[in-house]
Amino acid sequence: MSTLAHVLEASGLATITLGSVKGQLESAAPPRGLFCDFPLGRPLGKPGDTKFQHRVLAHAFAMLQRTEHGIEVFPDVISDQSEVLSCPMPPRAESDDHPAVVEARALRPAYDRTIARFGERMGAFRLMGPDQVPAAIATFAAVADGAAWKEAGIPGIPARVVQDIRGYYEAAAVSLAEHTPSAFEATRWFQHETEAGRAILGAKQQMEAQGAKPGLWQYLTTGAAAD
Amino acid sequence: MNPSKPSSDRVKELMDGLEPAIFENAAFTTPKPLAESTVAILTSAALHHPEQPGFDPRDTSFRKLDPKRTDYRLGHWSQDIDQVGFGIDYNVVFPIDRLNELAADGTIGAVSEVHLAYAGNQFELEGIRLDSGPEGAKTLLDAGVDVVLLTPV
Repeated sequence: MSTLAHVLEASGLATITLGSVKGQLESAAPPRGLFCDFPLGRPLGKPGDTKFQHRVLAHAFAMLQRTEHGIEVFPDVISDQSEVLSCPMPPRAESDDHPAVVEARALRPAYDRTIARFGERMGAFRLMGPDQVPAAIATFAAVADGAAWKEAGIPGIPARVVQDIRGYYEAAAVSLAEHTPSAFEATRWFQHETEAGRAILGAKQQMEAQGAKPGLWQYLTTGAAAD
Repeated sequence: MNPSKPSSDRVKELMDGLEPAIFENAAFTTPKPLAESTVAILTSAALHHPEQPGFDPRDTSFRKLDPKRTDYRLGHWSQDIDQVGFGIDYNVVFPIDRLNELAADGTIGAVSEVHLAYAGNQFELEGIRLDSGPEGAKTLLDAGVDVVLLTPV
């Protein structure tokens, strides 16, 4: 990000760079950097809070008055409280399929409600659509139960497939929750509280045990929601 | 690293240690007054419209974002960013509605007709520094942009 700021500035454009990682902002030293101590993924701080977002922008644009390079600090801090979303799960159909697959099917109406309300900005669209998510989860569940990961039929690079599964679950969670989730609140729910999250964690452990390269299994879970 | 901190803060601490590109004699452009300036957003969130190709890891190219649309997709590959905030309100990453409000009240001169998205978490920055970065700058200059707000995720 700061590299681009330097390139743009050298081309005659004035820039202000927002950053949530202070050391990175300081060491990359963009011409005007505003450190906002907010969770990763929310550089303007608070979704749905117009006033707060305008305060961030007002501080950012005020930095155009500077006559030399510098980093400033936005005064408000938004801390991750390590919350885990409490989500009422929809009823699941009777089925002999793996519980994670049944769970994913049951979440589909909630997923569709979120997409209808907010658009498909998050969700399952990178490698697959929502129709393919239950079958993709089945492949991880099979690996967790001991199948060879190379032969389980994971429909793509495992970490990328998991991003679509996570997106599907987090989109569903938005409709199931009774409030706007704080950062990583829905991720923790997905990773620690759902059958799919448990299946993926189990697959990760199995892939490691089966000797898969670390780059193939270590990104199956989210470090930011590790606990 | 402090194990008592929330896990997302520990990830930020890890990112603190990444080596940035160092720019000796960095440029500094003095803009014209904000109320006369055209403002664009450049984000490293790998946003794209549905019909545009997504970003592969190591993809240093950019996508042009149309400010009149709202169908922005979050294509960033990092697992360690929150994506729900963007899913609920794209302005938390791409504050285009806020810029339109600032243009309407005269705080900024105008909102650019073109905005750019790159994919962050790149470890090889040369392609951005030498190729796609200058190309993006030209795209913005050709669109009459004076000021650029850069937003990460």
